[in-house]
Amino acid sequence: MSGIWVVLEEREGRIGRISWETVAAGLHLGAQLGLPVSAVVPGAHTQPLAAEAATKALPTVVRVEHALLGTYTPDGFSLALEQLIQAKNPDYILFPHTYQVRDYAPKLAARMGQTLIGDVTGIGEGPVFIRQLLQGRLTGEYRHAGAGPCFVSVQSGAFRAEGVASGTATVETFTPAIDPAQIRTRPGAPFRDAAQTVDLGSAQSIVSVGRGIKEASNLPMVEALAAALGAELAASRPICDNGWLPIERQVGSSGQTVSPKLYLAVGISGAIQHLVGMKGSQCVVAINKDPDAPIFEVADYGIVGDLFEVVPALTEAIKAARQ
Amino acid sequence: MKIIVAIKQVPERDAQIRIDASGKWIQEADLQWALNESDAYALEEGLQLKEKHGGEVVVVSAGPERVGSTIREALAKGADRAIHIESEDLGQRDALGVARLLAEAIRPENPDLLLTGLQSDDLGYGQSGVILAELLGLPHASLILHVEKTDTGLTVKRELEGGWFQSIDLPTPAVLTIQSGGNKLRYATLMGIKRAKTKEVRRVPAAELGVEMTQVAALERISLPKKQKSTQILPGSPREAAAALVEKLKFEVRVL
Repeated sequence: MSGIWVVLEEREGRIGRISWETVAAGLHLGAQLGLPVSAVVPGAHTQPLAAEAATKALPTVVRVEHALLGTYTPDGFSLALEQLIQAKNPDYILFPHTYQVRDYAPKLAARMGQTLIGDVTGIGEGPVFIRQLLQGRLTGEYRHAGAGPCFVSVQSGAFRAEGVASGTATVETFTPAIDPAQIRTRPGAPFRDAAQTVDLGSAQSIVSVGRGIKEASNLPMVEALAAALGAELAASRPICDNGWLPIERQVGSSGQTVSPKLYLAVGISGAIQHLVGMKGSQCVVAINKDPDAPIFEVADYGIVGDLFEVVPALTEAIKAARQ
Repeated sequence: MKIIVAIKQVPERDAQIRIDASGKWIQEADLQWALNESDAYALEEGLQLKEKHGGEVVVVSAGPERVGSTIREALAKGADRAIHIESEDLGQRDALGVARLLAEAIRPENPDLLLTGLQSDDLGYGQSGVILAELLGLPHASLILHVEKTDTGLTVKRELEGGWFQSIDLPTPAVLTIQSGGNKLRYATLMGIKRAKTKEVRRVPAAELGVEMTQVAALERISLPKKQKSTQILPGSPREAAAALVEKLKFEVRVL
């Protein structure tokens, strides 16, 4: 059996949205190449997830089932999928670009003499795989060269999960051979650092601040803008890394995902890790000195200028409009 | 503990980017260069572990002559010595190809711990550390914010998605990829800069590492990104732009 295989990942007991988006990417690629698309569900109790996947118009769903895959480890997942790939020889293996995939897919690909084409946002004729470079300032087109399976991971939001039609798939089970001694890391249960006191997810307006603010002592200027707007204050990762704002105010792949009515980005360049957390916003406004900053690719309104001049002027104008 | 930190030199964040004549990469001639951000955190973690437990921090970096300045910066911050893999054609190698060079330079050193940054700010593959673990036959953990030495190995704090974390135990030798933000970065002191000049930098031509040049994932073309939305730029002075934006917020976005 060859064709395109999509490895699905569980989220809260179900197949995660990004996994369906990856199936959609697989279907897009399959239509171009005339290849069938199958799904792979690794784990220790894959029956419910396989049943969920089998409700879609795919020829096959493969359960990669082993007691040692119950808790994710890079060693366990690499071993299991390596054996599956050797046994079945797919042309393409697609993964959702999650933290878990980033942890093992490069290892699995390397073991098979391959290189993962990661974080793909589009697939063109060829096929060419499109991904961002220089934190979104450039786009790169990649082609897979040579023989062997092609490994690809697909960025969140790049394809539409709704594009996967309903149907009935045949479910198969593949049992990999894994010895407990082959798993070298011992992962603990997920935890949170502290109770979250800020719920950015339900905020109607968000003012978000990035590296352009330069110093912590400049933050009150942005806080004043947020207060005038009645908005929650948020930030991109570097601001929280520096400890200038708590991590619970971080928006992006490592922080919260938000979709407010208004997202006002101040001094944020717009690396993809940030964009995935806010691009569902209804209206995005960006204030940035660099007209080529990637944030302007997703902004509805933009002001190109010095935020240290624009933000105070905007705060005053909002206050005046509110009176 | 012998710690190796793999670091990369990348274009400075605010550098003006121009596509070169080949259409496959950027013009490097007038660029300013810097130490990749998450690699700076990997170096910091390595230096702190050495300060706590003793041992040695060795930095390894691949690239042309210019990479020497970033290596000196790492030495000035406190690394003990460095290995510079001299290569003029890194752009012809994909993530696996570069990791193979690094692996062959690192292998004879037999480190207890190999640290890399999570991902580079230029190509952004985020794969070097994970591939290195595979090539060197070592266990790994990625997206690490905190490292603690235990009697049997390491306990690390790994970042998960959406504000979650987990703790992982793993034996040494091991590979960790370090996420930014776990530590406060140090600056090089004047004394450190002075000392760096006398520290050993071993230059290893890439050709001597016996790694064949293969490229599975080939970067064929680069371009400026296509806009996903048509952005309306509000022109004028800061005051005029702010006034125009307030109009939009009031009558179109309706949040005022």
